Amino acid sequence: MNAELPVRDEARMIASILAGDGEQYHELIRPYERSVYKMALSFMKNDSDAEDVAQEAFLKAFRKLADFRGQAKFSTWLISITLNEARGRLRRQAIVRTESLDESPEEGGHISPALLRDWREVPSEALERQELRQMLQDAIANLSPIYREVLLLRDVEECSIEETANALAITAGTVKVRLHRARMMMQKELAPKLKNAGPRRRWFQWS
Amino acid sequence: MVIECRHVWDYISDYIDDSLAPETRELVQRHLEHCEICSAILDSSRNIIVLSADDRVFEVPLGFSERLHARLSEEIGRAPAESFRDAD
Repeated sequence: MNAELPVRDEARMIASILAGDGEQYHELIRPYERSVYKMALSFMKNDSDAEDVAQEAFLKAFRKLADFRGQAKFSTWLISITLNEARGRLRRQAIVRTESLDESPEEGGHISPALLRDWREVPSEALERQELRQMLQDAIANLSPIYREVLLLRDVEECSIEETANALAITAGTVKVRLHRARMMMQKELAPKLKNAGPRRRWFQWS
Repeated sequence: MVIECRHVWDYISDYIDDSLAPETRELVQRHLEHCEICSAILDSSRNIIVLSADDRVFEVPLGFSERLHARLSEEIGRAPAESFRDAD
């Protein structure tokens, strides 16, 4: 995750929060609001549950702040709290019946990507279209949890392999394997749809 | 040595992250130079990664931040962080 200001001294902020200046917590978390919400949304799949999960995660992080040891980055620690909160909520909602969060459909088999002859770049401006944003959100939300988590951390939050491994308590090797599969699933799902989503070319064939 | 498309696919993600061993990278590179299908897979994968990282994909609802901070204020006003250590 990207903090807005690289000069923020989070260790000092945390120390003063623990020493009693609770108000500083508002500032501490400001750069991470979006990331935590995004993470929650891709698990919960609707705005109001996602907002609940995000709020809970920030509250829990505040209550447990004394447990933060500073061996990981605060952002990584916060993300793992968010993940736990989202997983716990899903369990309670029993949405997990079809996609167990514990059994991993791990690393079995080979994922063949979608085969295309050529690729015309879809520019970021195309994301102005709601339809395209939705397509990406759905593709991420439909990955099974073990792949979704890795993809979110690496490709959405742009964490390093090590930070991702830390936040998920898995090895760097596992991160790479899952990331590869997640990316291939995304390509397989999205490439055929996006192929026609590039810059609007309205060459109507008048017949 | 020449590698097949299927093997190249296995390396796409590490190729994008530039984490392949130099020899492997070279093999993949050479394959990509003449294989338009694998090149299209690489380009589309990369393109999808760039789009996924865009802030516009996930919109934060209006008022999210205000509601969050209001809730935090209640909590913070209640007690300093330390006394909640055993809350969970």
